[in-house]
Amino acid sequence: MPDTVSIPGDLVQTSVGTRTVRPDGVDKVTGRARFGADLNLPGQLVGRVLRSPHAHARIVSIDTSRAEELPGVKAVVTREDFPDQSSEFIPAGEMMINYKDMVRNVLAREKVLYEGHAVAAVAATSVAIAKRALKLIDVTYEVLPHVIDVVDAMRPDAPLLHDDLYTAGVEPKPAAPSNVAKRIEIAQGDIEAGFAKADVVVEREFKTAPVHQGYIEPHATVASVSEDGTAEVWCTTQGHFIVRAHCARLLGMDIGKVRVTSSEIGGGFGGKTVVYLEPLAVALSKKAKRPVKMVMSREEVFKSSGPTSGATVKVKMGVTKDGRFVAAFAELKYQAGAFQGSPVQPGVMCAFAPYDIENVKVIGYDVVSNRPKVAAYRAPGAPISEFAVESVVDELARNLDIDPVELRLQNAAREGTKAAYGPKFGPIGLVDTLHAVEKTNHYTTPLGEWQGRGVASGFWFNIGGETCASLTVNEDGTVSLMAGTPDIGGLRASLAMVAADELGVPYDKVRPIIGDTGSLGFTFLTGGSRSTFSGTLAVVDAARQIKADLCRRAAKLWDVPVDQVEFENGHVKPIGAAAAKAKPMTVADMAKVAGKTGGPIGGYGRINAQGAGPSFGTHLVDVEVDPETGRVTILRYTVAQDAGKAIHPSYVEGQFQGGAAQGIGWALNEEYIYGPDGTLQNAGFLDYRMPVASDLPMIDAIIVEVPNPRHPYGVRGIGETPIVPPMAAIANAIERATGIRFTELPMSPPRVLKALRERALAKA
Amino acid sequence: MAKHHITATVNGDEVEYLCETQDTLLDVLRDTLNLTGSKEGCSSGDCGACSITLDGRLVCSCLVLGCEVGGRRIETIEGMATGETLHPLQQKFLEHAALQCGICTPGFLVAARALLEKDSNPTETEVRYWLAGNLCRCTGYDKIIKAVMSAAADMRRA
Amino acid sequence: MRYEAPDSLDGVVALLAEANGDARVLAGGTDLLVQMRADVVDPELIVDIKKIAETRAVVEEAGGFRIGAAVTGAELKENAGLKGVWPGVVEAANLIGSTQVQGRATLGGNLCNGSPAADSVPALIAAGAVASVVGPAGRREIPVEDVMIGPRQLSLARGEIIASFVLPPRPKRSGDAYLRFIPRTEMDIAVAGAGVNLTIDAGGVITAARVSLAAVAAKVLLVPEAARAIIGSRLDPPAQERLAAAARAACRPIDDKRGTVEFRIEVAGVLARRAALIALDRARNR
Repeated sequence: MPDTVSIPGDLVQTSVGTRTVRPDGVDKVTGRARFGADLNLPGQLVGRVLRSPHAHARIVSIDTSRAEELPGVKAVVTREDFPDQSSEFIPAGEMMINYKDMVRNVLAREKVLYEGHAVAAVAATSVAIAKRALKLIDVTYEVLPHVIDVVDAMRPDAPLLHDDLYTAGVEPKPAAPSNVAKRIEIAQGDIEAGFAKADVVVEREFKTAPVHQGYIEPHATVASVSEDGTAEVWCTTQGHFIVRAHCARLLGMDIGKVRVTSSEIGGGFGGKTVVYLEPLAVALSKKAKRPVKMVMSREEVFKSSGPTSGATVKVKMGVTKDGRFVAAFAELKYQAGAFQGSPVQPGVMCAFAPYDIENVKVIGYDVVSNRPKVAAYRAPGAPISEFAVESVVDELARNLDIDPVELRLQNAAREGTKAAYGPKFGPIGLVDTLHAVEKTNHYTTPLGEWQGRGVASGFWFNIGGETCASLTVNEDGTVSLMAGTPDIGGLRASLAMVAADELGVPYDKVRPIIGDTGSLGFTFLTGGSRSTFSGTLAVVDAARQIKADLCRRAAKLWDVPVDQVEFENGHVKPIGAAAAKAKPMTVADMAKVAGKTGGPIGGYGRINAQGAGPSFGTHLVDVEVDPETGRVTILRYTVAQDAGKAIHPSYVEGQFQGGAAQGIGWALNEEYIYGPDGTLQNAGFLDYRMPVASDLPMIDAIIVEVPNPRHPYGVRGIGETPIVPPMAAIANAIERATGIRFTELPMSPPRVLKALRERALAKA
Repeated sequence: MAKHHITATVNGDEVEYLCETQDTLLDVLRDTLNLTGSKEGCSSGDCGACSITLDGRLVCSCLVLGCEVGGRRIETIEGMATGETLHPLQQKFLEHAALQCGICTPGFLVAARALLEKDSNPTETEVRYWLAGNLCRCTGYDKIIKAVMSAAADMRRA
Repeated sequence: MRYEAPDSLDGVVALLAEANGDARVLAGGTDLLVQMRADVVDPELIVDIKKIAETRAVVEEAGGFRIGAAVTGAELKENAGLKGVWPGVVEAANLIGSTQVQGRATLGGNLCNGSPAADSVPALIAAGAVASVVGPAGRREIPVEDVMIGPRQLSLARGEIIASFVLPPRPKRSGDAYLRFIPRTEMDIAVAGAGVNLTIDAGGVITAARVSLAAVAAKVLLVPEAARAIIGSRLDPPAQERLAAAARAACRPIDDKRGTVEFRIEVAGVLARRAALIALDRARNR
């Protein structure tokens, strides 16, 4: 049973910190929950997208007349239906996007820039007719040379994707356009001087493959536009307010006339922070005057929605004999996909964030190539740069013969450390996570032949942002909670727990829902590990409004001054001189007399959440390598991460475990494989190899709690950090099992076996 | 070609429907019978989100034609609870937080039930291999496996 | 698109004979439905062969087994008699896809899909299985290794289907095994595979063997040189090395998204050796 823990102020925590059953749980175990593809509307049409078969081609012409004439086809849209947009960057999760690019990604204009790039869309009365209609759209392409790899794309003679793209961030402005969209740099201290002080310097180049978020639910939407121009959109998204903004912008509609409802969301991990189908469905419905439903196939998800970047990363670090990091340099080249906007900026900022290093320089390049535009994926950018850095840190530990945890402890960022990317850290938990793994029995259990143990740490900023939540106390004292961030993995449980404790009502008397865009003010998307941090702040804001209001109402009811009423433990109670005049009343008691005291009771939290606390984690992994096949088996895995405060420990552990599993996939098998013609060879779950249940061991999760002082409960975001350490932890474990340092992901069996054989040949 | 007229038993109820040859059983369940608890994640048998049992045999409904199942017995996630009582697996999934987004959950539950009906005392390894055709991207499987093992233990005691 | 489910082989043959456009035989459907969904095939006629007694039965016959072409992997696994005699064949069939796929996928479908990476095919070839084929010209028996002639290419004539497979009588002290390499532990297509079937004498010397390889050539290979490398031996380390070398020498693989030429050749030898050791162990215990 939960402990009752008093926290400062008027709160009694009976729900927060316990493992409640989530409010949306029963619907999800019975098949009742409605996801993106589960809604059908009367009169609904089927929408389908025509996609580019080429990696790079100029669109000479698009003739839709034959498709439009096909009986059953009710609408066809192309680039002509979307006005062009000016170049304007706006935030999308932790990344930036540009409307000029977005309109081109939703439907190609001058050129198709990757295989699977949308070219046209149709709405028809059946799937069969829609498919036939796509075949009747005549597109004339002038095929152009393509470029896939980031290093190739940076060459001066590389095929150019955009002839108006000039590298930003270099002085003077380049004379010629290139595929390098941006150069960024952060620096502190003097790295030359720092390296001069080093006793050991390790420099390595790493390469990572693009990986997809791999959510099991494909993108899906139903849009219905009526004759008066109002639009209703249902979709699976991490941010329905963002979908509303993008649809309104791309189609020239008033924001107030677009109402977006988020379905239950079947995974996102960043990949559902952008729009693909929604503007097409709205445009088709606008033309057809009937609802249009669109669902991507799995192949479309892989070919046409954003993976994260593949990259080439150089890291050089210097350390003194006694284990002090004195200089660190990194150069990151990230694929952006077809349009600029890779997560190289956060990659640069995170690279050395876990360490206190005086002299740091990091340079990053954002590079376009003929691949789908990258989208956010769990701690965008950080897993790539930190994989490289954490691998080099391990190598330094090997060279110095220092325990890898000890070396990290010696250099770990602590409260007061100034991060190279700018801020001074407040209270943070990196050291605590290192101590936590050190204390496990996992850390000291002996290993066998061809087995190795690896450790790596990771960092992610976390964000806050604009957030709304409303609380309504119903006539019987139950509470309705509405939030504006889609619940992707237990948010409603966390919000209801905080509301319950704030108002002193039982958890099961709070019913949380996710409101549509017409029901709350603008709420930024679920991303940046922000939804529990920001959402609980908005709920606390709303609850505190209610408590203040209840005190005023009670004062009126009891005819006492308001300063002689306080809210405590779920009650309004008279205090001081008023104490004898009335008996305390519960929230439910007050609800019964709401009509007499001013009408319905409610609070509306509208905040721009500030003070998100960064979260550090450390992972420990044991692997076994099959020397004859190169297979790497994960034997044991432990995650320790700072959650600040775990509102719902089970779902915090779930984030740790899920992030680790995704990282294991990234480390060992997941990759986008392109053919020489620039087409994706493995656009399905068969050959895009995400971990299955039999690939993994149990994943031990240790929740470290170093409270975030800027949240009333101490909450930090926790969803993203867990994907940062696994790749390096596994590479470090493989190195300890085999003596071979792998610098290229994935560390798949052919790559591992090749390295083992080359070493055997070299020895022979 | 006229549509096929099929009669089958779904979750104990006799149902009739019309379908085209190429309509999968998943299409029929979701679009014709409005049983949207079975999910479409891949349409290639690689994710298991559409898992059902056909005459007691666990299959992917995306790999069965709607016109093939005349006279046969189909069980979907919608038939798993009895009245107001959840199946022990459903209850354990809730208690163990074995779901995050929940899209894979119906498939896991149907698959796990098929396992426990065959073998009431599977090892962790057996559970993992039996469920290898059900992809989950959120949980890392840890809590799912624990929920299934725990449900099996309870069901053995019951 | 028409769908027919005749209850006799004659009915199937007649339907296939009179089909105008592309006609496809439906057994488990785990390949066909995927290809239809992806618009790789768009048949005019689908003939379901699961309503026919012979295709759905496993019977002991003439000291061996006759396995219907439309018996699923899951059903094979539940057949204790078959599993006891031919564990390698049953295991191979149960490597195809997930538990869900095993509930549908069949030996006939796995072979007729025409993939060099089909898991059950090398085990059948190692076992010396014969396909019983029915067509307009009647019934004929073809060794399984002669059914596939290349990727998606079979030696079956138009209108012919496989009705069943015959596994020969089993001498004492025989064992079979099939191993494949996949990057994950489940759900992948074989990057390389090896099937071994062998018989030993009372002294533990191998008297007969068949070795087959998957995913290392345009079709599943029967490799007599590999068998010769171990016949007459007790599978001591030198014989194991000869086996691996002979298996590797037979490989003519390609580079693709699933593996490299170099990797496939190397691992094929490893798998042949490991499968032979399992088969030997089984032979000792029977």
